[in-house]
Amino acid sequence: MNGFGLLRRVAPQLLTLAAVLVLVTLFFPSFPSVSFGGDRLVGSPIDVLKRGAPVALLAIGMTLVIATRGIDLSVGAIMAICGAVAAFAVTGGWGLGVAVALALATGLICGLWNGFLVAVLGIQPIVATLILMVAGRGIAQLVTEGKILTFSDAGFAYLGSGAFLGLPVPAWAWILAGILTGLVVRRTALGLLIESVGVNLRASRLAGVNSTVLLLTVYMISGLCAAVAGLIVAGDIKGADANNAGLWLELDAILAVAIGGTSLLGGRFSILASLIGAMIIQSINTGILLAGFPPEFNLVIKAILVLLILTLQSPRLGAVAAGLLSRRRRADEAGAAPRSVQEAGQ
Amino acid sequence: MKKTLFASASALVLGTAASAQVVGFSQIGSESGWRAAETTVTNQQAEERGIDLQFSDAQQKQENQIAAVRSFIAQGVDAILLAPVVATGWDAVLEEAKEAEIPVVLLDRMVDSDPSLYLTAVGSDLVHEGEVAGQFLVDQVGDEPCRVVELQGTTGSSPAIDRATGFRNAIEGHDNIEIVQSQTGDFTRAQGKTVMEAFLQAENGGADICALYAHNDDMAVGAIQAIKEAGLKPGEDVTIVSIDGVPDLFQAMAAGEANATVELTPNMAGPAFDALQAYWDNGTEPPKFIQTESRLYTQSDDPQGEYDRRKDLGY
Repeated sequence: MNGFGLLRRVAPQLLTLAAVLVLVTLFFPSFPSVSFGGDRLVGSPIDVLKRGAPVALLAIGMTLVIATRGIDLSVGAIMAICGAVAAFAVTGGWGLGVAVALALATGLICGLWNGFLVAVLGIQPIVATLILMVAGRGIAQLVTEGKILTFSDAGFAYLGSGAFLGLPVPAWAWILAGILTGLVVRRTALGLLIESVGVNLRASRLAGVNSTVLLLTVYMISGLCAAVAGLIVAGDIKGADANNAGLWLELDAILAVAIGGTSLLGGRFSILASLIGAMIIQSINTGILLAGFPPEFNLVIKAILVLLILTLQSPRLGAVAAGLLSRRRRADEAGAAPRSVQEAGQ
Repeated sequence: MKKTLFASASALVLGTAASAQVVGFSQIGSESGWRAAETTVTNQQAEERGIDLQFSDAQQKQENQIAAVRSFIAQGVDAILLAPVVATGWDAVLEEAKEAEIPVVLLDRMVDSDPSLYLTAVGSDLVHEGEVAGQFLVDQVGDEPCRVVELQGTTGSSPAIDRATGFRNAIEGHDNIEIVQSQTGDFTRAQGKTVMEAFLQAENGGADICALYAHNDDMAVGAIQAIKEAGLKPGEDVTIVSIDGVPDLFQAMAAGEANATVELTPNMAGPAFDALQAYWDNGTEPPKFIQTESRLYTQSDDPQGEYDRRKDLGY
């Protein structure tokens, strides 16, 4: 996809993000202001970049999984496990390097487990990953022995709350992970192969695509992304909270992918659009906190905004809009009808 | 278990107790650090008194608790401690205990059954906890104007509602103290930190915030980190008061980063055993509700020592 094509692909998401930011600014006028404080930029937009990191990281892996027509419900639990493993290692005096390596390896193993259930045993992804979603938090609690495992390692805390070149480390993490994954899937044939598996597993198998390895890979990438997110949230509070780390974040990650316009039925995907989706969700979250509404309204406001966004992006509405536009331009436009049908069928 | 048996055996030899009393304890499960500490303290209290404690973990399921209580009745224990996981559905099994003339003491949570079905209930008063926290702030600030931000518990939960009410009761009539921001932090550290960051943004980088009231210590611990990262000094620039008394908050107090916590004591069993002992000795009926002390701990109450005493309780 060339630069212009990419921009056209993510235009709806960028417009939505802009609309949300304007809306938040209406309720909290000093929202866009950013200043330089000490070693880093401070301000609400920076908070959005930082607080959105876990969901953005999860959304990267989730996009690839969803592109293969799968879904990964276990990422929140994997975050809890990896955070617990890293905190356990660091409090055991094994050093930060070992702790991070162990956490990343744990994430890969969790992803391998999910991938094995899906690709080798052929269990439906939603069921296969549900197993680890339920059991994973128990595993994390075993590691932490049921309490919040706190640590004082400055290096580990830096991963969650430090700053590098003015930007918070978590923001760097998802931006770099997004660029890296984007390059790997788009500069090689990997992205195309993932899409082909998602569109038609049997056909791509017959065409010689090694779908088993491909599925294992996407679930492992998802596990790895969850591990990084787990390290960040543990580093942020200097402790591994097995009960609450990553709780329900799998749903926000799926929502980010959906807002990003990737179909849950697999096929074409855009990591950039999912990342913008994650930022849209975080802007809403941060905006609600800043606006000062009573907490009872938090979820209602979020639900209404998400409903609005998804309605505006819905294929039917898009088809209607496209139909209206084309009718106005050229009454005998033949291309509009097949396009609407195709989009409505997604 | 062995230890308790030895302890009760030695108590027998010394003649301080007529016989080793057997008490069954049906615990909810290990839902939180506080509950783990409650289990540890209950064991300690039983051991000190030479009571043989039969422990049963219900893993958050009422049917397990009912089964445990029935098995205690079948064993013919001298008393039953029950930390009920839910409030409803206890009538039948409590009646069975009453018919078997086994006194039941409720710990920490209440049931909807008729009070005649249990001996007494030991627990804390959540509104009172909020009042103690609020009173601390009133005494601390005097007549100075004070803008307070509040980290609430999970929206709609009874601790969140009652602790908010208690705090407001205490600051009523002190017009210099004003709650300017109030949001839920879901009782967790991560959310406490996130919401505090937003409060700091909304209140002029934190310069306008005089005090933080958090409905539990975990949220306060998260908020302390947010305040530090904003370049302010928690405990000095922002007065911090919260509720629960978990070890990590005592550590923060020892470092001067928090000002006060109201303890929700994990020692519900001590008052329960005292009431039971009086009942066994001469049939004294205790009041139907024994309120535990909601003690205020400040920086001058040896926070380091309190941390050391609590860190191994399983919080």
